[in-house]
Amino acid sequence: MQNSTKRPLSPFMLGTHYKWQLTSATSLLHRATGIAAAVGSLVVVYWLTSLAAGPQAFDIATSFLGSWLGKFILFFWTWALFYHLCNGIRHLMWDLDYGFDLPTTYLTGKIVIIASAILNLLLWLVA
Amino acid sequence: MAEFKLPANSVVKEGKTWPAPKGATRIKTFKIYRYDPDSGQNPRWDTFQIDLDKCAPMVLDALLKIKNEIDTTLTFRRSCREGICGSCAMNIGGTNTLACIKAIDDIPGDITISPLPHMQVIKDLVPDLTHFYAQYASIKPWMQTDTPISGDRERLQSPEDRKKLDGLYECILCASCSTSCPSYWWNSDRYLGPAVLLQAYRWVIDSRDEATGERLDNLEDPFRLYRCHTIMNCTNTCPKGLNPAKAIGQLKKFMVERRA
Repeated sequence: MQNSTKRPLSPFMLGTHYKWQLTSATSLLHRATGIAAAVGSLVVVYWLTSLAAGPQAFDIATSFLGSWLGKFILFFWTWALFYHLCNGIRHLMWDLDYGFDLPTTYLTGKIVIIASAILNLLLWLVA
Repeated sequence: MAEFKLPANSVVKEGKTWPAPKGATRIKTFKIYRYDPDSGQNPRWDTFQIDLDKCAPMVLDALLKIKNEIDTTLTFRRSCREGICGSCAMNIGGTNTLACIKAIDDIPGDITISPLPHMQVIKDLVPDLTHFYAQYASIKPWMQTDTPISGDRERLQSPEDRKKLDGLYECILCASCSTSCPSYWWNSDRYLGPAVLLQAYRWVIDSRDEATGERLDNLEDPFRLYRCHTIMNCTNTCPKGLNPAKAIGQLKKFMVERRA
């Protein structure tokens, strides 16, 4: 809303003023992991492009992604995918009008966080 | 564009401190947002130390004690002191609630009190609710009918249909939920917010109302309804224990169902 009267705006921001709730944190993470997943897919595109660009480019790409930093990025990226997937299912459930009461919302929020971590660890242990 | 920081004229500075009276043993510190429109200065945090042995239990009691005994210029809305008028909605300890039904002892440590978040402040704890009320009016919160009533009887409703209004009619429009919602902070020019959407749903679901189609048409908009991203701050903060997020979820479901 336009502030025509020069009245001050009351303090609001999550964290600095408004208290974090598990639900607001999972919501913000959903958006952040969505962005991270999209940006991370560019890394995969780079890897595939290097494959087409010849053995030398592919070697550089593979050695970067196989490095400590590369693995760290990929580890975070796969977690972002799993989190976005799990919380996406939570959102689908809400769209079907299930689990809107607070205890269920908190329970599913915790499940999403734990499940995404477990799935990611399993993926990295197996792969 | 979403703004994450307060504009320069809204940054809150450190203000005055009123120490506890001598001999007080149970001292509680209240940090209260102050803004004096006549001073031309930025808002400030004033600190009041209150002797809880000489104060009634609720946060509103502490505010009244401050106004009566320490600083009479402290400005806030209050009326019923029993959680039914919605006047004393404010941000207490980081979440929105009604000062009259929030016990001081429920909040550990110092208590921060500020006006409802991301609102224009008229004075101290009094926000400008003009826009909020205009949004409420925009959903036509009254019964709309085409069929005339039969004889001199009121419009009847089965107990089952009446039950559908439970959890909705109790809303007192205190604006705690709407001003807790990040989507509402950043899109309140076009997004109706949880309180008004809960009210919209209250009329959509009422078996006696005959304008359901028009009501849903009015909400079929990328902003008015669909800026809700199920952040759930609204349901978390509602001092009446209602669930605006669920009401909004039901509205979204109706939108899909009527297209099918």
